Amino acid sequence: MSAGMLPVLAVMLPVLGMVLALPLGARGAERLTLALAPLGLAVAVAIAVVVYGGSAPIRHELGHWAPPLGLAFRVDGLSAAMMVTAAVVIGATALFARGQFGTAAGEAETRRAFAFWPLLLAIWGATNLALAANDLFTFYVALELLTFAAMPMVALDGKRETLEAALRYLMFALLGSVLYLLGVALMYGAAGTLDVVVLASRAGGTYPVLLAAALMTAGLLAKTALLPLHLWLPPAHAGAPAAASAVLSALVVKGSFVILLRLWFGVLPGIPGPMAAQILAGLGAAAILLGSVAALAQERLKLLVAYSTVAQIGYLFLMFPLIASMPGTETAAKAWTGGVVQAVAHAFAKAAMFLTVGLMAARLGHDRIRDIAGAGRALPVPMITFGLAGLTLMGVPPSGGFAAKWLLLAAAIEAGQWWWALVILCGGLLTGGYVYRVLSVGLRAGEATAPTRSADGQGIALVLAIVSVLLGFLPLGAFGLVQIGRLDLGP
Amino acid sequence: MIADLLIVAAIVALALPVVLARSAFTAVALFVAYGLLLAFAWVRLDAVDVALTEAAIGAGLSGVLLLGAARRLAGGPPVEDAPPGKAQVALIGVGCAGLAVALGAVILALPDPAPSLAEPVMANIAAIEVGNPVTAVLMGFRGLDTLLEAAVLVLAVVALWALAPDAAWGAAPGWRQPPATDGPLALLARVLPPIGVVVAVHILWVGADAPGGKFQAAAILAAMWLLPWMAGIAAPPPISRAWLRIVIAAGPVAFILAGFAGSVLQGAFLAYPPGYAKAVIIAVEVVLTASIAVALALLVLGPPAEDRGA
Repeated sequence: MSAGMLPVLAVMLPVLGMVLALPLGARGAERLTLALAPLGLAVAVAIAVVVYGGSAPIRHELGHWAPPLGLAFRVDGLSAAMMVTAAVVIGATALFARGQFGTAAGEAETRRAFAFWPLLLAIWGATNLALAANDLFTFYVALELLTFAAMPMVALDGKRETLEAALRYLMFALLGSVLYLLGVALMYGAAGTLDVVVLASRAGGTYPVLLAAALMTAGLLAKTALLPLHLWLPPAHAGAPAAASAVLSALVVKGSFVILLRLWFGVLPGIPGPMAAQILAGLGAAAILLGSVAALAQERLKLLVAYSTVAQIGYLFLMFPLIASMPGTETAAKAWTGGVVQAVAHAFAKAAMFLTVGLMAARLGHDRIRDIAGAGRALPVPMITFGLAGLTLMGVPPSGGFAAKWLLLAAAIEAGQWWWALVILCGGLLTGGYVYRVLSVGLRAGEATAPTRSADGQGIALVLAIVSVLLGFLPLGAFGLVQIGRLDLGP
Repeated sequence: MIADLLIVAAIVALALPVVLARSAFTAVALFVAYGLLLAFAWVRLDAVDVALTEAAIGAGLSGVLLLGAARRLAGGPPVEDAPPGKAQVALIGVGCAGLAVALGAVILALPDPAPSLAEPVMANIAAIEVGNPVTAVLMGFRGLDTLLEAAVLVLAVVALWALAPDAAWGAAPGWRQPPATDGPLALLARVLPPIGVVVAVHILWVGADAPGGKFQAAAILAAMWLLPWMAGIAAPPPISRAWLRIVIAAGPVAFILAGFAGSVLQGAFLAYPPGYAKAVIIAVEVVLTASIAVALALLVLGPPAEDRGA
């Protein structure tokens, strides 16, 4: 088997599982998902090993048709790192979700269990597709898969407010899809191809290409929930069941973000002016500050974690002006690694945090922050998990979040754009504030007890949080993986 | 030229009242007419495949879906949300107008003649062994996109069923229709399906070499399945039926297996063995048509419902 098969397997195994889930029914789909999880992880690790070992992206031309006529998968270091992340987060979520969405032998199929497993597999397949694809229209298909899997996840509880949140999410996501597709059509009209690598040499800075890029960027920002297009995120991510929130915050918003990276640094290296990159990072900075302040002000634990996602997404956009202003330099490389490690570290930390908060809400019977005093004694493991994941979000050493924020900070200072460094420091303090607020109440002596001893996955959430911290212990050389095949340095 | 200008003027003239119409029902009726006119425009542009799809899916099935939604909304409680303020409406209007002007301007700035992949498609079509270049692109050069879109349809059914009330889980989808004993519906529901099925099979079969294909054929098949249901003379099967779920999944599964067969035999996913390309494509298309038809019909029927009456 050639290495080219690996990306095909990474995309097709979850998609095949999603389709088979329908005839298999809830119980069969659950067992299939749990069987596919280790298999998919093995595929993702093999991809990372091949990319790192060969120092080159994996390419596979589908049906032997080379772009621009055909489609090719192209898996670079960024894709490999994110694929491993996705496989771990999906696997952990699947194990965790057995408690809530499991079907015992002989038990009748329920709506929630029937829907959850194919939706989870669809999110996995769509994420891997967004990472492996190299064509603007295939990206669109990945976005559609992501949206139509994530939207019902939000409404899985079937309550009125979650349905409203799901509908609002759908409106934003569809608006994003329309804008993106409009841009794709313009791009084809201007350049006669949709392949990212071919476009890089053909798409100049003409007006049609610039308008297309603006439309696609706006659409992708709506799906990534960058402020001010974040309005849909807090109710949606806070209203979904814990297992769903974990993948929504960890993976779904990253899918559209990676496509944005491909657009800016693959299709149009250097074409959007430095001003455009400054605006993008300005929105990111606003997201960091306003999102963190909003998180500080929340009364409910799940909403706090959701607003924290709004803030953490902001960090992802600080890399744009740092790369755009110093293309091809060591500083750009630092900013790129910082941004990607932020995406990875946030995925682990936020999945851990949503799972653990869901667990606390289920065990305590509520998620009001001011009433969790005593949780430290009643639920020690979830409190530790929350604290560890919080370390990564704050960027305290040693953690994955520290590595990410340190690289971004260093790049900002090297690029002479000290204002972003200031934002990173303020964001860290504010993050510390809302994490501390939860811990200080939880560790106080109080009445909170955990009357229900449901089947739990507190160990799973803890492992995810530990991974998010351990990322900070990786030798700097390991981060070199995400540099391999960077599109802005040439195909 | 004058005919084209008339079609363009009519499209714009219909698009405006779709947005401005006060009642949802009027808007939907105009939207269907608008879709049919768009299909005309595609025919004028020599894109018969797109025209067929626009008429069958864009105007036909979407129209039925929207009509169903309008009917449900009309029966429900009035909307509680405050209507958008004047400033918000003005802002949206200015934004849309600005975007329209920008689009119009850049479309005039596009390169002429338009860069296109039509030439390489025609140069390589022999390898896909079908005569219709659209089919060659959808099943050959960009087969992955088609495969994944077929999977999106399965996902759409899952997403729709996920919205069912818990108590109705496993029941038949859609509301029970009162039986139509006389009138045009009762007649059409009995007479049309056999004819429609033949037409659908024809469209699927010629799709390899002429305009047509699986999506258009599946839309017609779905309509033929929905007619007897609308007339109340046939009930849809419960969503827990194994055969129903197998049919929905069969098409995408067949497509994926064909893709992996290419990996094993030819060394690339979705590579068809020379000499057998057409046979594989037709086989996959036949199974896909059945899956798409059932999925489309189920999407129109809606989630399983409790209030099915006796």
